[in-house]
Amino acid sequence: MSIDWNAFTPWPALAGGLLIGLAAAMFVLLNGRVAGISGVLGGLLAPVRGDVAWRLAFLVGLVGAPLAWQAVAPAPVPTIDAGTGALVAAGLLVGYGTRLGSGCTSGHGVCGLSRLSTRSLVATLAFMGAGFATVYLLRHLLGA
Amino acid sequence: MANLYAALAGLVFGLGLIVSGMADPAKVLGFLDLAGAWDPSLAFVMAGAIAVGLGPFALARRRERAVCGEPMRLPTARQIDRPLVLGSLLFGIGWGVAGFCPGPALVALGLGETKALVFVVAMLAGMAGHAMLQRRRGGA
Repeated sequence: MSIDWNAFTPWPALAGGLLIGLAAAMFVLLNGRVAGISGVLGGLLAPVRGDVAWRLAFLVGLVGAPLAWQAVAPAPVPTIDAGTGALVAAGLLVGYGTRLGSGCTSGHGVCGLSRLSTRSLVATLAFMGAGFATVYLLRHLLGA
Repeated sequence: MANLYAALAGLVFGLGLIVSGMADPAKVLGFLDLAGAWDPSLAFVMAGAIAVGLGPFALARRRERAVCGEPMRLPTARQIDRPLVLGSLLFGIGWGVAGFCPGPALVALGLGETKALVFVVAMLAGMAGHAMLQRRRGGA
């Protein structure tokens, strides 16, 4: 293992993390809900009456964040190297997997670990482990 | 009021994802590439978020109602079962393939990235597929 010091950005990462934690804290104290993005979004696919508006409101805020940012300063441009086939496969896996596993990086990773949930710790170790293994396989064994 | 709070929480969450670098798949893959030139930044995102979250979640557990007046709805499931582990593994594989998890993909969509749209449509299809299988099995 070698650390890529040029890419390492501890301060923005920490600042962004504090904001994410703040958002999760706001959501649980103000709304009484866990800020799990896959759960908020997935709940719209089997909608229950009276359980839709808050989901849409949260998602409008989330998707609107870059627009709010751009109103003040140019937003950073993401680098998406995956091709269309890989994006489709990854999207299907992430969509199905997060619903089957009841959460993603936000619900299990941020909120679950903040709640000291063993179930979320297991989920987080599983998806992080699978993520590390997949990148190792693709970059170092298959050379993609 | 509840919906305004929800929108505000979503907005702050999205800004956090942009500031942290999580909305950039190349950055995420740099973190997941332990054997390459490793970029440990995203560990700081998780650490920062949990450091802020610990207190408020402990407080939430002791409260019956949220500020908006609705009941506190914290997850009640405790069991470590097959769906939890299998689903998380599948999610992790998909995360490692493209570098997108659900929140950052939605933020990248808001940034106007066509590739993020492709990912989000596929992700919704995966979620819909799961909902359909659940219904067929007669589950909730």
